[in-house]
Amino acid sequence: MAMYVPPPDPSLLPPGESEAALDVMHGSAQPAVEDSVLAGLEAQEAELEALQKPRSMLRRGWEVFAENKLALVGVGTVVFMILFCFIGPLIYHTNQVNTNLANYLCPPSGSHLLGCDDVGYDELGRLMVGGQTSLEVGFAAAFVSVLIGTFYGAISGYIGGPVDSFLMRIVDAGLSIPYIMVVIILSVVFHPNTAIMIFIIAAFYWLGVARLVRGETLTLRTREYVQAVKVAGGGSMRAVTRHVVPNAIGTIIVQATFAVADSILILAGLGFLGLGVQPPATDWGTMLSNGLTYLQGGGYWWLIYPPGIAIIVTCIAFNFIGDALRDAFETRLQRR
Amino acid sequence: MIGYLIRRIFQALIVLFIVTVFTLALVHLFPGGPIRALLGPKASPEQVAYYNKLYGFNQPFFVQYGKWVAQLFHGNLGYSIRLNQTVASEIALYLPKTIILVGLGLIVSLAFGIPLGVYQAVKRYTVGDYALTGLSFLGYATPTFFVGLLLVEWFAIDVHLFPPFAPQASSVGAVLSQPRALVLPVISYAFVLYALWSRFMRSSTMDNLVQDYVRTARAKGASERRVLWGHVFRNSLISIVTLLGLSLPTLVAGAIFIEVVFNYPGMGLAFYQAALNVDYATLLGFTLIATIATIVGNLLADIGYAWLDPRVRYS
Repeated sequence: MAMYVPPPDPSLLPPGESEAALDVMHGSAQPAVEDSVLAGLEAQEAELEALQKPRSMLRRGWEVFAENKLALVGVGTVVFMILFCFIGPLIYHTNQVNTNLANYLCPPSGSHLLGCDDVGYDELGRLMVGGQTSLEVGFAAAFVSVLIGTFYGAISGYIGGPVDSFLMRIVDAGLSIPYIMVVIILSVVFHPNTAIMIFIIAAFYWLGVARLVRGETLTLRTREYVQAVKVAGGGSMRAVTRHVVPNAIGTIIVQATFAVADSILILAGLGFLGLGVQPPATDWGTMLSNGLTYLQGGGYWWLIYPPGIAIIVTCIAFNFIGDALRDAFETRLQRR
Repeated sequence: MIGYLIRRIFQALIVLFIVTVFTLALVHLFPGGPIRALLGPKASPEQVAYYNKLYGFNQPFFVQYGKWVAQLFHGNLGYSIRLNQTVASEIALYLPKTIILVGLGLIVSLAFGIPLGVYQAVKRYTVGDYALTGLSFLGYATPTFFVGLLLVEWFAIDVHLFPPFAPQASSVGAVLSQPRALVLPVISYAFVLYALWSRFMRSSTMDNLVQDYVRTARAKGASERRVLWGHVFRNSLISIVTLLGLSLPTLVAGAIFIEVVFNYPGMGLAFYQAALNVDYATLLGFTLIATIATIVGNLLADIGYAWLDPRVRYS
């Protein structure tokens, strides 16, 4: 304090720092300014502490996720689609049970915002009802296939040896049959409703999940904490459910997100082939299939664009979320 | 390498066994069996029993399986009662046309996907990269048939640039003689595949760009061009080889939708019609052929990968 330090040229310092820096160097600063410096230091310390304090994996994941604008757009879109399909019909009342041929292919107007289809259903209302099927099947098929695939893959990978080889050959076999062919055959056999459709799609989708989770399990199996369960006398079920699966949760959640998009696409494809859910129920693919009939006539754009765009927008949204989640889970260890 | 080959082929054979059991079982999923499904609900039980006996469906499953496989080894893929034709002759008729469609689609998609993927990796996080990423996202999220449908709407109905349907000719030469009619089907097919290749090529190139050997090459004074095309590109292509083998089911799926949209008389359209007609022999034969193609494709991809990247053989 006794020593005199020549004041640095304030113009050389960045605007915010110049004053505080000057005060520190002078030593004899006014109390108010000293407080602000101290507060700054405290904030820095708190930040350091926060960095050292282990935060929950999900929390860190969320921080990376939330930085990704596309991911937030994706979440927003999915929430909008859910509200549109499930809450929408409560606001925008349409008759989706009885046909009304008086409205045959009527163009968009005040009473039918997106026009009508070939049996007189209101197209906007149909989009909501069809979206319910598409979203329900998408979410449920993703859930079922991820659930089955996770446990199959984790158990197979954890047990290892000949059992693993055998279980994985079954997966290989399933994956080498072009899924669309089997799905088409199954749809023809079962004349599916929504519930059956979920199982038809999940019946194939779980295979890919199983292979991924098994790969993840192979690396997790050798970790000390999993080995410790074995040494401590814990059973394989315990090791798998308490340690392997929770640590593979990143891969699993990412896969689940893509599974929703893929299931919606598969359902749309089946609907397009006329093998989707039966009328009066519908889904976006079935709606497109109906629209195709009137493509040649020209001008019936409301039969094609709304369901097509709904499929694309929803699937892109899930892909955004999936990509962001993958980044979030991959970078969480490196960056934070 | 030999040991790896033997191990890998042995695995493929086991997979083949499981697959054949599974596909034959599929036929028995039809309510009341395949004959009931074929003859319809009005057929009398005697008629169903007669045909069940005639075609051996009254025997135990594994006896049927044994006979079926024995026939397969003789090249007999089955007989379609619906079409009064052997499945083998159907395949001989339709497969070449599907190969034209799939082959052209693959060439077009790779011709765009690989260079643009590399471009994206080199110019990562620029406007061009983001624009192309957007395009691939669109490719991932758009159903194949919707791409076809839109192209028909835009370029065949709104503007009479191309015919709205694919070549209908029965011979391969005649199909190729109508190149204009092939444009829309090939583009729709290629668009979805393009998304796959470009995405993969981008990440694979980016992974390779940070490898030690790239730094070594640069340190030795290799030009940026040589580093990219002489080192990085070759190594990135290795993973495309695997992806090509693994994406065979995707290729089949895409072909079915495109053939239905454009009414292109290939395997996919024939399979779809067989499904609607409960033509179980055709369904069984086609599924089997597509599956064997996939298994062989995977095997070739794995072998190709092990051959290109020696590190794989030892794992």
